[in-house]
Amino acid sequence: MNTTWLAILGTAVGCYGLKLLGLSVPTGLLDRAAVRRFAALAPVALLAALTALQTFGQGAHGLTLDARAAGLAAAGVAVWRRAPFLLVVVVAVAVTALVRAVA
Amino acid sequence: MSRMTAPAHPSTTTPPPPTSTTTTSTTASARTDRAVIRDSLGVGVAVGVSGVAFGVAGTAAHLTVWQTCALSLLVFTGASQFALIGALAAGAAPLAAVVGALFLGVRNSFYGLRLAERLELPRWVRPLAAQTVIDETAAVSLVQPDRRSARLGFAVTGISLYLIWNATTLAGALGADALGDPSRYGLDVAGPAVFLALLAPRLREGGAERATALVGAVLALVAVPLVPAGVPVLIALAAVPAVLLLGPRRQAQEQARHQAQEQQQEQAREDGR
Repeated sequence: MNTTWLAILGTAVGCYGLKLLGLSVPTGLLDRAAVRRFAALAPVALLAALTALQTFGQGAHGLTLDARAAGLAAAGVAVWRRAPFLLVVVVAVAVTALVRAVA
Repeated sequence: MSRMTAPAHPSTTTPPPPTSTTTTSTTASARTDRAVIRDSLGVGVAVGVSGVAFGVAGTAAHLTVWQTCALSLLVFTGASQFALIGALAAGAAPLAAVVGALFLGVRNSFYGLRLAERLELPRWVRPLAAQTVIDETAAVSLVQPDRRSARLGFAVTGISLYLIWNATTLAGALGADALGDPSRYGLDVAGPAVFLALLAPRLREGGAERATALVGAVLALVAVPLVPAGVPVLIALAAVPAVLLLGPRRQAQEQARHQAQEQQQEQAREDGR
């Protein structure tokens, strides 16, 4: 079994455990104001970081500005116009492909 | 979970307690049921078809079709799935990639807490129901007016979304596999576009969310040349305590200004009298 499969299984077990934990623990144990505030904002920080990293990242340690940035900008406009989820993705992909074809 | 095998013998378990709506007005509850099912299927189908984007992204990240499908079947929480394959594609160590994905999965624990109160699921159902404790099922169930509707919404949203998400993941992975080099079609941008779409509603909530997003993104980008791949996304988490610690001070300032204004108004009223 290679490391990709190990990572997949680790994520699967961990994510399932996190879901079951919420359904099973007595209320009040995780339900503290500080924990709740952290849990509410953590995905925001992670999603923003992932968006930036996967748009500007190049290999393990490089940063670059390429067609993906144009695609993401187009996705930003679609999100701002409150386009449906899948349309946002389609617009980003189409603009990125277009910029690559022209360049 | 010693009672994991219980679902195979439903006859030995007690049925869930009947809700009051079933006895009072059958036609009214039937109408409510139809509305709940319609809304739930709407969410299930609309979000479910986005599995195609994940299937495509899996191929773009050089995963096999089976690996991509295994993620949708077993992990079944979109943001964590996209985060894992993105980190692996960038050359992150598997452990760092998994930890990043798990941090994104923590919010499901909090949905579980709220859903446990709302749904009051029998103990034997919980291990089964847990897999569908995600953004969409929480969003649908927690807005329902009563337990019956909440349970129905949870089940219909969860099952429809699970089936469609997995079917479209397979379709996307097979399709992208057939196309060849995914980046030529711009498919490598599907991941970040999904993250942006997930992030957008949170950015509309307020200044703390926008500040967290900005600080998180900047921290991650600055960290890229300095730390191993997969770690920048974890460093971005530092934005949360930073914003939480600075946020209340700003709130306190606003409150103080507000109080000063009220005092002035009161003073003005007294002067006018």
